[in-house]
Amino acid sequence: MSVLLNKNTKVLVQGITGRIGNFHAEEMIAYGTNVVAGVTPGKGGTKHLDRPVFNTVKEAVDATGAEATIVFVPAVAAADGIMEAADAGIKYAVSITDGIPAHDMMRVKRYMLRYKKEEKMILTGPNCAGTITPGEAMIGIMPGHIYTSGDVGVIGRSGTLGYEAASQMKAEGIGISTSVGIGGDPINGSSHKDILELFNEDEKTKAVMLIGEIGGPQEAEAAEYVKSNMKKPVVAYIAGLTAPKGRRMGHAGAIVSGKGESAAEKVEMLKEAGIHIIPNPSEMGSKMKEVIEKHL
Amino acid sequence: MDIHEYQAKEILSNFNVQTLDGKLALKTSEAVAAFNELETNVCVVKAQVHSGARGKAGGIIICKSDEEVRTASEKLLGTYLKTIQTGEQGKLIEKLYIESGCDIDREIYLAYVMDRAKQRIVIVASAEGGMSIEELAAEKPEAIKKVEIDPAVGLTGFQARELSFALDFPKEVLGKAVQLFMGCYKAMVELDMNMLEINPLVLTKDQNLVALDAKMSFDDNALFRHPEINELNDNSQKDKREVAASEHDLSYVGLDGDIGCMINGAGLAMATMDMIKYCGGEPANFLDIGGGASPERVGKAFELVLADDNVKAMLVNVYAGINRCDWIAEGLVKIIPTVDLKIPLIVRLSGTNVEEGLKIIKDSGLPIILADTLKDAAEKAVEAAKK
Repeated sequence: MSVLLNKNTKVLVQGITGRIGNFHAEEMIAYGTNVVAGVTPGKGGTKHLDRPVFNTVKEAVDATGAEATIVFVPAVAAADGIMEAADAGIKYAVSITDGIPAHDMMRVKRYMLRYKKEEKMILTGPNCAGTITPGEAMIGIMPGHIYTSGDVGVIGRSGTLGYEAASQMKAEGIGISTSVGIGGDPINGSSHKDILELFNEDEKTKAVMLIGEIGGPQEAEAAEYVKSNMKKPVVAYIAGLTAPKGRRMGHAGAIVSGKGESAAEKVEMLKEAGIHIIPNPSEMGSKMKEVIEKHL
Repeated sequence: MDIHEYQAKEILSNFNVQTLDGKLALKTSEAVAAFNELETNVCVVKAQVHSGARGKAGGIIICKSDEEVRTASEKLLGTYLKTIQTGEQGKLIEKLYIESGCDIDREIYLAYVMDRAKQRIVIVASAEGGMSIEELAAEKPEAIKKVEIDPAVGLTGFQARELSFALDFPKEVLGKAVQLFMGCYKAMVELDMNMLEINPLVLTKDQNLVALDAKMSFDDNALFRHPEINELNDNSQKDKREVAASEHDLSYVGLDGDIGCMINGAGLAMATMDMIKYCGGEPANFLDIGGGASPERVGKAFELVLADDNVKAMLVNVYAGINRCDWIAEGLVKIIPTVDLKIPLIVRLSGTNVEEGLKIIKDSGLPIILADTLKDAAEKAVEAAKK
C-alpha cells in the first residue's frame, strides 16, 4: 500500500512531446512508472516514447483508462491543463509548473468544487517536484535513486529539501512509503493536512515527516489536525528561521505576511500539537530514527 | 511587485474609484508649481516610497502655502525614509505626490487580500479607519468585517450593500459605496493583484467616498500578461543586489550576515541559511539558482554573491535533481580564475552526476573546500568566515 500512486497506476503525461515533458517522461518510464499515454493538442494519433499521443485528456482517458496525470504545461496555460484533467475524470494530478498566476489557481480550485466528492480529482502542486512511491512509481522530476522503500510518509513544500530529507533517511536506513510534494505556491492543490489524512489511513505508513516553511496557514492547519486526529507519530522541520518578515524567499508562497506565519511561530504550534520538531535541517534523518525507535 | 501611491491612484480612478486631485513632482520647483496649479489652500506633500506607515515616519506633510511646500519638498527629496516596514536603511525618496486636501467626516479601513486559507479574495474592512490592520486585529477584532468572494461569481451586489451598511455609511452614499467596492474587485482581478489596500478610505463632509491612500501589490507570476503594470516597476525602491539578480532571473534576497550562499531550490536555500545560523554564523543572502542551471548561470550567480562586500566566506550547496553537479562544478571552475577570489569557498554537491562534479573540482586544483553534508558545509563556512 501507499498513497496516491503505485506501480499499477496508469499515468498520463500532459505535454509529453515538449522538451521538459519528454525528458521527465523518459525518466519516469525508466523508474518503472506505468506511463500509458501522452497528451499534446494537435499531435493526436502520433506516438511518442512508444506511447500513444492524444489531442485531449478526455480522449486519452477513454482510450487508456488513465487515472493519474502529470501536467508539464507552461505557466500561461497550466491552469487550463489542470482543469482539463479534472473534467476528464482523472483521479490524481501533479502540477510541476512554477510561476502559475495565483488568480488562475484560485479559479482552478473553485472549478474543482463542481464535482461530487467521489469524482473529485486530487491535485498536488503546482511548483513541486512531484510524488514518488519508492520502488514502484514516480510522477515527478525527482532523482528516483535517492529514495528507498519503507514506511515513512513524507510531505514537503520544497523539492530539494525533500531530496535532502530522503537521502538523510536513506543514510539512517529509513525508507519511504510515499513522498508527496505539495509545492511552494500560495494557492496549492493539496495542503499538508490533506496529505496527512491520506497517510493516517494508509496501512504501510507508520510515521510521517512534514517539511514546511514560512508563509501561509497550512502548517497551523496541520497542527490542528494532528492534535485531534493523527494516529501516527509526526516529525516536522520548518525552513526559514532566518528569513526576514515581508520578504519572499524564492517560493511565491514563502513570505511572512501576518501573525503565525514565521518559522518560529509555526514550530511552536507544531510542538504544542505533539509533533516532534527537527531542530536543524541536518537532523532530519537522525530525528526520524530517534522517533521511530522510541514510538514504533 | 509593489508600486507607488500615485500609480495606484491612477489605476483606481480607471475603475471608478474617486481620488483627490494631485500632481507628481520630481523637483522642489515642480512641487511648488503643483501646489499653485491645484488652486487649493491646503495640500499634502507625500513621499513616494514603497512602504506603508509613511505618515508616522515623517514622509507626509500638510502644507498651507507654497513656502511650506518648498520647505517640505527640500526636506524630503533625496533622503531615505525609514518606516517600520523599510528596515534600517530606509527607502530613497525620488518622487513626491502633491495632493489637495478634503473635509473628512470619517476614515475607514478597506483592503482586498488573497486569503490563503480560504484560497479566495477576501475584503477586510473596518469603520475604525486610520489604524493599521495589525493594530485593529489586536485591539478591536470585532470591528473588522470580512467578505469572502466566490471567484466564479465575483463580488455580488448584495455583498457590497451588506458591507456598506456594516460600515455605517449613510444611505445617501450606498450607490457610491457599491460602485467603489465593485471597482476595487474588478481592478484586483483584472490586473492580478495580490493585495489592494485603501487606508484610509474617507467619507467626506459632502458625502463622497475618496481613496486618501492606496497600496497595491501585484503577482509577479502574472506580470507577463500585464506589460503596462510591469512598466510601473521602480528599481530605486529595491536592494541593488536584488535588482542585479533579477536581471539574470535569479531569486536573491540580501541579508545582513557575512556568509554568501548559492543554493538550488528555495527550501534548501532557507534550510542552509538556518543551518549557518545554527552553527553560529549569519547568512549574507538567500539565493536560489533554480532548476537546470547552466555553467553560465552558475557563474553569474557566483559573481552576484561576491559583489556583496560583507561576504567573508561563500557556501555553495547543491542537491541536484534536474540540476547537474557537473554543470555546477564546471561553472565554478570557469568563473573562479576570472574573479580574483580572496575568500574561502566551501562547496557541497549531492545528487545527479555528483562524482563527475567532484572530479572536475578536484582536478582543477583550485583552493575549494569540499564538504560532504549540509552540516559539514555549514560548519566549515562558519569557521572560515571567522578567520
